[in-house]
Amino acid sequence: MNLAEALGGAALMLKSVAFWLFRSKFEASETIKQSVKIGVDSFTVTALTSFFTGMVLSLQMGQSTKNLFNEPLYVGTMVAFSMLKELGPVLTSIVVAGRAGAVVTAEIGTMQVTEQIDALYTLGTNPTRYLLVPRYLAFLITLPLLTVFADFIGVMGGCIVGVVKLGVPSSVYFDDIFTYLEMGDFMHGFLKTYVFAFMIATVSCYKGLNTKGGAEGVGKSTTEAVVVSMVLVMVLDYFISALLVAVGI
Amino acid sequence: MIEIKDLVKNFPGRRVIDGISAEIRDGELFSVIGPSGTGKSTFIKCLIRLLRPESGQIIVDGQDIASTSSEFTLAKVRRSFGYLFQEGALFDSLTVLENVAFGLKYLTDIPKSDYPRIVREKLALVGLKDVEHLKPAELSVGMKKRVSLARSIAAEPKYMLYDEPTTGLDPVTTGMVKELIIDMRSKLNITSIVVTHDLNLALEISSRVAMLYGGKFVEVGEPAQFRQSENHEVKEFMEISHLSRK
Repeated sequence: MNLAEALGGAALMLKSVAFWLFRSKFEASETIKQSVKIGVDSFTVTALTSFFTGMVLSLQMGQSTKNLFNEPLYVGTMVAFSMLKELGPVLTSIVVAGRAGAVVTAEIGTMQVTEQIDALYTLGTNPTRYLLVPRYLAFLITLPLLTVFADFIGVMGGCIVGVVKLGVPSSVYFDDIFTYLEMGDFMHGFLKTYVFAFMIATVSCYKGLNTKGGAEGVGKSTTEAVVVSMVLVMVLDYFISALLVAVGI
Repeated sequence: MIEIKDLVKNFPGRRVIDGISAEIRDGELFSVIGPSGTGKSTFIKCLIRLLRPESGQIIVDGQDIASTSSEFTLAKVRRSFGYLFQEGALFDSLTVLENVAFGLKYLTDIPKSDYPRIVREKLALVGLKDVEHLKPAELSVGMKKRVSLARSIAAEPKYMLYDEPTTGLDPVTTGMVKELIIDMRSKLNITSIVVTHDLNLALEISSRVAMLYGGKFVEVGEPAQFRQSENHEVKEFMEISHLSRK
């Protein structure tokens, strides 16, 4: 499949998602089910990733400033800045793309190769309405929430290393954060997650719907969806950051 | 009634359906036979617009659906169809009860509280009971096919499409599915279209049989007429199927 064909296909899919989002009855139970699958089930791995990222950030920052200035300085500020603006949203998106994105592609792909998508048409519903809209909503609801948790857990991980390993009092650690951090810094990272969520949903659903060739095809689509999503998270991260910096967020 | 006029369907590099015309009358059981890979499933998928034909007309109760782009028109016409997929196409994540009730939710205004009763009735009709709580992965191939049939008829369609209904089944289950197809027509008065490579099945259950070969219907007729056909492809297919012309 060439790039033009993929972009055209994705655009048609998005048009269909927009159409069914506003024209059909809200599939509440399916949206909740998908939110659990995408969000709740990704929580543990997201929490672990951000906790250890916060810890290693704290260790490296503390050690570097200790070497330069003889004491660990601004550890809380640097951990919080890094987590909230970049690592929280990016790492959470990569985890969600790898875990939940793969599940969505494999599930829709399997439905495609076993004619379950065709069966939806014959049973009076449209696959976009029943499958895609709830998954888009689930990604858009859960990824920003997971990121907020990841930010908090990462900062707490950094605090533990700061206190235990570096000897920074927790009051100093949090004072550093609240002195230098602004709401805009949090929003900078938080806003990105909506773009990432939308992109992961689009890639995962599109790859799933275009699966061909049985079990082998499902495996291929799933791998492609995860790789494309992860690369796009990185690429989009730079351009959104540049845009947000330009508008002063 | 379904009228098909000059239906053409291409796949990249080849023409699969090459100008088929036919008329499927209300209440009849029309079978399309032919060797594997001749486009039988393509034909049946075009009838319900799961595939979009290149040209031609498919007129279902006066409404041409071959070229329409309206989702609402298609959804409206599809409401009058039930479809038994070759592999069943049951939704893996749902239980048997949820699968069979699926069409009731989207195709009818029946209250949700009535679903369990209707599902039990439809399952009984296909010879199954106490399977409502099972997932498709826990069912045998034959059971899956019967659950799929129950799901297709739950919303009481006017037309029923069967895609290779006996493929992959043992002789006992094949006989059971055959009886079910006959029952659907006789008890529920459903107009049925069966695509199969099982000539024996087609000749036993159908009111008319058509042979698809080279993208065209090379022979259409009642089973008795069909057996006497002088068409080369029909004769060859009967010989391969070990069927006597008497």
